[in-house]
Amino acid sequence: MIRLRGITKVYRAGDVPVPALQGIDLDIERGEFLAIIGPSGSGKSTLMHILGCLDRPSRGTYELEGHDVRRMSEPQLARVRSRRIGFVFQSYNLLPRLPAITQVELPLIYRGGNSRRRLAARALAEVGLLDRARHRPTQLSGGEQQRVSIARALVTNPALILADEPTGALDTKTSAELMEMFARLNAERGMTIIVVTHEPEVAAYTRRVIQLRDGRVVSDAPPEGSPTPTSAPTDEGKEAPA
Amino acid sequence: MIIFDTIQTALAQLSANKLRTGLTMLGIVIGVGAVIALMAAGQGAQKGVTKEVSGLGSNLIFVEPGQTEQGGRFGVGAMTLTTDDAEAIKSLPYVDAAVSQFKLDMENQLVGNGRNTSASMTATGPDFPYVRSWEVEAGRFLIDDDVSRKATNVVLGAQVAEDLFDTPQSAIGQQVRLNFGPFSLNLTVVGVMEKRGAGGSGDEDTQILIPLTTFQTRIPFGRNPTGEENIGQIVVKATQGGKVDETKDDIYQLLLQRHDYTEDFTVETQEDLTATARQVSRTLTMLLGAIAGISLVVGGIGIMNIMLVSVTERTREIGIRKAVGASSGNILLQFVVEAVIVTLVGGAVGVLAGVVAARIANGQDFGTGSPVTTVVAPWSIFVALGVSAIIGLFFGIYPAFRASRLDPIEALRTE
Repeated sequence: MIRLRGITKVYRAGDVPVPALQGIDLDIERGEFLAIIGPSGSGKSTLMHILGCLDRPSRGTYELEGHDVRRMSEPQLARVRSRRIGFVFQSYNLLPRLPAITQVELPLIYRGGNSRRRLAARALAEVGLLDRARHRPTQLSGGEQQRVSIARALVTNPALILADEPTGALDTKTSAELMEMFARLNAERGMTIIVVTHEPEVAAYTRRVIQLRDGRVVSDAPPEGSPTPTSAPTDEGKEAPA
Repeated sequence: MIIFDTIQTALAQLSANKLRTGLTMLGIVIGVGAVIALMAAGQGAQKGVTKEVSGLGSNLIFVEPGQTEQGGRFGVGAMTLTTDDAEAIKSLPYVDAAVSQFKLDMENQLVGNGRNTSASMTATGPDFPYVRSWEVEAGRFLIDDDVSRKATNVVLGAQVAEDLFDTPQSAIGQQVRLNFGPFSLNLTVVGVMEKRGAGGSGDEDTQILIPLTTFQTRIPFGRNPTGEENIGQIVVKATQGGKVDETKDDIYQLLLQRHDYTEDFTVETQEDLTATARQVSRTLTMLLGAIAGISLVVGGIGIMNIMLVSVTERTREIGIRKAVGASSGNILLQFVVEAVIVTLVGGAVGVLAGVVAARIANGQDFGTGSPVTTVVAPWSIFVALGVSAIIGLFFGIYPAFRASRLDPIEALRTE
């Protein structure tokens, strides 16, 4: 589904080029549940932005479902984000003032199509927040806000969900619930889910952990304490943070 | 993205910041309101002038001293027309009547019945009511006998009679005294003119009419240095059935001959006067519109300013929208729609305010004595609405463009 070859990304800080990614080769299959970990500055956010078509690599090829992202125009990238990708952010990134149901509807507005309200309600039900549909972000707890943002990512039924430090602002218990939800979505709906995190406990819920350091992949393996990643990964994951 | 959603989002956004939206809108409201009201005043002036000229009578030709091209040289005091010229004009074909007159536009003090008022003075002859299609309300007009006797009889304008004697009837036979500068003139009221009303020039009802000969005898500058009896204006009424322009040419040729081929006079028909006046008031309308237009542009700059602030404040929102699938075009549309809604709503309120202001101002004299006429032309409403929508587009597009170009990653990083 995802094929990265020789991806580099160089930022310019004034006149000094700052390399963020230095040649990433990566293949991700449909239905994978994986974590990208690494210390800050390792390039994991940059990699996620490139995977999410929010940014384009300086060099290298990125094929998403067979399409070369580097050749896409800005409107085409927007179209890919709208139809194929769902984002979940550390700070939830909900729009202020809007009720939950409208937040979830937002991607459908840009995608177009009918029965938006029904689809949004279904997505909210999936994260267990249908009874909070009319609540605004300020009336919701952090965990609930993050679940609204997951519903927003789900609503277009994307092939790929990208979560950038989704548990960064949540306590351990809520984090665990959230990761279980990702695991369930991965298992039940076959969505490809990529979680960027620096917490090993969070990474432990996944079935594959890619470690970055200084813009390079330094390891690519199943999470620690998970010898058989294909067998019952969700059960394993539940116990890991405890 | 469906335009309906964009509008809905824009409305939600605008109503979330009511004070700011209201103040931004106010600039447009004032601009559009000023355009509508001032254009209405200009249009009203144009209509008023046309009505005033047509209110003078019909088939009229005006002969006046001086040249329009050299107005400064002859000016008001030019004394080149005489009563003999007027008599000569009467003998032309198609001339129904001609009346010589001298009009003093300045207002002088008039005392009568123990009261005071001010009036302008027109010295004229018995044909005046016929030429001007204007009859007396009470008493009689000046007659040939008044002219030959140089009688100190006077016919009052309706407003003058009302000011001094309350009713036209009670004015007849009363004495009035006209003061101007060092001179004063005691006069006997023999008649009161019909009320012309506010439609014409305001001062028609505030004038008094005396015999031309009386004026020429009693007022020192009533005579010109050569001793000929000079006059300020000859009003010629052409016969019914047209030929006004032909008669105008005849008068021109006649006077040219009489004046030794010196063109020291002007001959103008009512049409000429209307055309000139229309030209003047059209220029006035455009000028007023342009001044009001400046405030509209200032309102537009206010919109641009607040839109730029809004884009900065909503950087994160823009980032979120882009991340969930909004294209740059969606974002551009979003901000443009917001600006256009502000200007359209502001424009609509402004039209309303302008129309109300024009209605209120209509007929008011603002202490000047001559009432303002306002006419709201339907086209000015469409122009004002169209211009405000264009201003919304013009001043909204740059901030919207800035918003649409934001890098989603940078935008999401903003706090």
